Amino acid sequence: MRKSFVIGVSLLVGSLAGMPVAMSQGDGITSLRGHNALDNASDSPVAKNWQRDRAPIERDYVQQPPLIPHTIKGYMINVKFNKCLTCHSWANYKEAGATKISQTHFSDRDGSVLANIAPRRYFCNQCHVPQVDAKPLVENTFEAVTSIRHQQ
Amino acid sequence: MANNNGLWGMLKKPSARYSLGSLLVVGIVAGIILWGGFNTAMEATNNETFCISCHEMRVNVYEEYKNTIHYSNRTGVRATCPDCHVPKDWTHKMIRKIQASNELWHKMLGSIDTPEKFEAKRLQLARNVWKAMKKTDSRECRNCHDYKSMDYFEQGRRAIKQHEKGLTEGQTCIDCHKGIAHSLPAMYEEDPSTAIGQ
Repeated sequence: MRKSFVIGVSLLVGSLAGMPVAMSQGDGITSLRGHNALDNASDSPVAKNWQRDRAPIERDYVQQPPLIPHTIKGYMINVKFNKCLTCHSWANYKEAGATKISQTHFSDRDGSVLANIAPRRYFCNQCHVPQVDAKPLVENTFEAVTSIRHQQ
Repeated sequence: MANNNGLWGMLKKPSARYSLGSLLVVGIVAGIILWGGFNTAMEATNNETFCISCHEMRVNVYEEYKNTIHYSNRTGVRATCPDCHVPKDWTHKMIRKIQASNELWHKMLGSIDTPEKFEAKRLQLARNVWKAMKKTDSRECRNCHDYKSMDYFEQGRRAIKQHEKGLTEGQTCIDCHKGIAHSLPAMYEEDPSTAIGQ
């Protein structure tokens, strides 16, 4: 009993003593907050702007859901109505000059083809997202395979 | 036949007591007060505070509108209820105000006094507004937005294309810009391709 108490206390003291060492060891690492003391407010990030309308963005890999090359601010998607489909549905894409939704979106999970877009594929921005004018956080040399890349 | 006593008689008889001048002055002053009062009452019923004094408007359409660009935007210009729903010029404004008596009647009937009732009527109500807007060539939109003052080069790719097309085909704002300030009704009937698979 007494022995375990002594061990416990020495462990506690030891870990407390080790703490500043552990903290100073972390100096070389910058957290996402930057070099900021704990009690300082972190710098507020610069707001990113949605990219304005542009030509379709090329895919980087074969199964990639195409990115949205325009803003979608204020576009509602709910059980009654889907704003995206006013241009991208099969009924409307020609007149709107938009990309039509993929045929794969009409199948339910059992592979049965439905007359209209399947509920599991109805909420477009679960997969398709617009882009902001953000620089990549880390350097990246990724290149798409040549078979899906636009040839110059 | 005519009763020459009483109020009617007094109104019919030429005055032998008051001078034409004083009658005129009294008439003009009373006219100003009455017209001013009428106008004040008209304006008092022509602002957002009045519109959302009814819970039907406050809990449904007003809440939806608060999330849209006509409520909050980068330039800080706000369009309130009457800016879009009441004509600005006098004649059409009076006609709209008289039509509003139908809205008062349905307020008394409680036609849309719960969110469920409102939702059930949403398509019908929306169609009424779309029809009115179409008929007037979206007059209320054009109080602020006008093809003539639009700089297409400032617009996005899609907007340029659509606006040019709309202009040449003689379309009006509401043909495309539906549901920009309020939630859209269930669109199964209007455009089944834009609603969830049934």
